[in-house]
Amino acid sequence: MRYIEPHGHMVSRVTDDYVNMVTAGCAAVCEPAFWAGFDRSSPDGFFDYFKQLTEYEPKRAAKFGLPHYCWLCINPKESEDVRLAEEVIALIPQFLNAPGVLGIGEIGLNKNSRNELKVLEMHIDLAARHDQLILVHTPHLEDKWKGTKLILDALKNDRRVKPERVIVDHVEEHTVKLVLDAGHWGGMTLYPESKCTAARAIDILDTMGTDRLWMNSACDWGVSVPLAVPYAALEMRKRGYTPGQIDQFVFGNPARFMSQTAKFKMPE
Amino acid sequence: MPTLTRQQVLDLYFMEARAKLIDVAAFLDRVDRASGPGDFRWTALRGALAELASEKSGRAERVLLALSDPTLEPLAAAPGKGAAGAWPGKSA
Repeated sequence: MRYIEPHGHMVSRVTDDYVNMVTAGCAAVCEPAFWAGFDRSSPDGFFDYFKQLTEYEPKRAAKFGLPHYCWLCINPKESEDVRLAEEVIALIPQFLNAPGVLGIGEIGLNKNSRNELKVLEMHIDLAARHDQLILVHTPHLEDKWKGTKLILDALKNDRRVKPERVIVDHVEEHTVKLVLDAGHWGGMTLYPESKCTAARAIDILDTMGTDRLWMNSACDWGVSVPLAVPYAALEMRKRGYTPGQIDQFVFGNPARFMSQTAKFKMPE
Repeated sequence: MPTLTRQQVLDLYFMEARAKLIDVAAFLDRVDRASGPGDFRWTALRGALAELASEKSGRAERVLLALSDPTLEPLAAAPGKGAAGAWPGKSA
């Protein structure tokens, strides 16, 4: 089996995770910029993080034969401070030509505040000005439905945005149709305690179809499972999906979305 | 998409669903045995539980919506970073 991990925060993971992912058939990993678990104290902290994502982590992944890509932004969890966000966003263009940068992400909302929305709009503008793909984080738990509605409005309000070049991540049963109806891609995150279980993700596939959807582990420094995608592929097998359908979904779909940028090279 | 028979779905998932259902029941008993007041999460969970007895499909979506903030106005400021799992209401 081969698969692409389209959303993994690998700087938070150990080398054993790389070994296990590659052994399970991972052909490429894509790492959106994330909150560190604490607020960075200055734009310099983000500069170093962007260097880590664009230079160091690809080398670490390459030691295991795994192509590594990334997305850049200031994460919604640090977007309440608009001044800091402006300074961080100003740093991003100098990194956009790095070979592994796929676009702007994971941008979005966390608590659905006015400042978060303002920073989201700044990121959308940045992506539009530089013709970048967009990866969107939707809020957790009780904030997800409202946040998804606000995010979709913000994307629609910028007429430069091409819906098919945006993946809205962490969709669940109450938000997936909103996202797909807006013409975007949807990401289903497989978490043990929140977001989707593998069984629920496949329920969504059963009811919505597999077009413009992908699954990811969003593995990070919290409770998460780096092999969640291959485990979900096994669940697909139990549910009657053929090996060809599984390959199309766990490898073909993320490759199809990310191939919208020439930076993404189809894994051999 | 592949279509499983009802029998196949039961064979695949009944034991897991049974275990989760008993876990929820035990959680409700645990809260009953505890002392002191609860909070909005308890109220929201009890409301969402009603969906499990519904005969109409789409229960997962309705449970999620029952636990969600239904408003559309952005907050004046983020009240921290975390989420509680249920909407406390406009008064919170």
